[in-house]
Amino acid sequence: MKYVDEFRDPERARFLIREIEGLVERIAERREGPIYIMEVCGGHTHSIFKYGIENMIPREITLVHGPGCPVCVLPMGRVDDCVALAETPGVIFATFGDAMRVPGSKKSLLAAKAEGADVRMVYSPLDALALARKNPDREVVFFGLGFETTMPSTALTVLQAEEEGIENFSIFCNHITIIPTMKAILDSPDLRLDGFLGPGHVSMVIGMAPYEFIAREYGRPVVIAGFEPLDILHSLWMVLEQIADGRAEIENQYGRVVPREGNPVALDAIRRVFAVREFFEWRGLGSIDQSGVRVADAYARFDAEKKFSVPALKVADPKACQCGEVLKGAIKPWDCRVFGKECRPDSPLGALMVSSEGACAAYYQYGDLTQLAHKEVV
Amino acid sequence: MCLGIPGQIVAITQPDHRLAMVDVAGVRREVNIACIVDDEHPLDSCVGDWVLVHVGFAMSRIDEAEAALTLEVLRELGEVQEELAAMRASAGGS
Ligand code: SF4
Repeated sequence: MKYVDEFRDPERARFLIREIEGLVERIAERREGPIYIMEVCGGHTHSIFKYGIENMIPREITLVHGPGCPVCVLPMGRVDDCVALAETPGVIFATFGDAMRVPGSKKSLLAAKAEGADVRMVYSPLDALALARKNPDREVVFFGLGFETTMPSTALTVLQAEEEGIENFSIFCNHITIIPTMKAILDSPDLRLDGFLGPGHVSMVIGMAPYEFIAREYGRPVVIAGFEPLDILHSLWMVLEQIADGRAEIENQYGRVVPREGNPVALDAIRRVFAVREFFEWRGLGSIDQSGVRVADAYARFDAEKKFSVPALKVADPKACQCGEVLKGAIKPWDCRVFGKECRPDSPLGALMVSSEGACAAYYQYGDLTQLAHKEVV
Repeated sequence: MCLGIPGQIVAITQPDHRLAMVDVAGVRREVNIACIVDDEHPLDSCVGDWVLVHVGFAMSRIDEAEAALTLEVLRELGEVQEELAAMRASAGGS
């Protein structure tokens, strides 16, 4: 595949690790304590575990796994809403596969499907639209999910539905936006992050300008990072170099995919189809102001929340779950009371165990737990 | 869902809907390419381009010059280290 192997070269990785070690030494001359770097995006979390990056880099660096997995931060009440929509007579509920197993307060979409609800797994919102075309006597609801990476695809699909005059199609909009989320993290009183690996694919849509305030107002470096092992090591090196130099800038390691100004067509579609919600509830993080979007009034006829009655109840997470603390980086997944016991990928209690981009599933699948636990003690 | 896969545009299938056939690691699928079409890159000129595909949409054109630039930086890092290693070895040997 194009530019995949080149960014997996183990020899280059060794060079980078040596450079990183050098920078960590330089930083240690200026200050004490661990260096905390958050990778915001779940895709990075996944890569970090898949390639064992935590075990390659010096112990002085602690990677904090951020909230950037849209499936993982879905509150239970929203899953219940999905189930309610899926169980509405006449409805075909179309969703990405990732969301099928997320537990709701009573059941997951997978369980609803087993009980007879018409839930279809789709690869693309365009496939959901095709279902609507094929089933004119049914109502197709697409579960719109994800950050700015997937937002344009939902928006363009709505615009396509409008163009074709398709009326039996709507979206249950749960899209969320990255900037208010990062701001909420930066504003938390126990903030100890020294820098960020910025989300590569969100940035290919929104560009680099929206991050400027993080350098300007919070004095933290951000490096937009790609997803291959060399991308991640290279980005870490760039963040560390900024810390060592005492700089805070927004840099782009992922230039082959992320243009400085983002994607104008995608941004325009987002602006047309969505409107900012005053606040949005996140699993484990509570409510974050202006962090979610709904369907804009001009496209209300494609809004499942307007078309159907959605319960929209707030449901507390199960007591034993510590997803919120893991999401905030306050504890590591294995510190959660139920990690690997009641909560496992085949029987998840929390959403972080469901998606392969969730920190708990990643640790469960790839983590060398004894070694990581040891590292934490140091 | 959030991880894109690189693919190559092989044909424009429905110009009015901006749909194209994209080869993703040997699997062909129709993909919406609206986001990578602009004045500089009209529809027909996109055949052969490498794009990053997310949930059925080409979201970014993979920029070969930028990729080469990044790889060049990585290569230089390696060269400096190799030179240093050689220098150390020769210093140690004398
Ligand atoms: S182990 Fe399960 S319950 Fe605990 S934080 Fe992870 S996903 Fe949540």
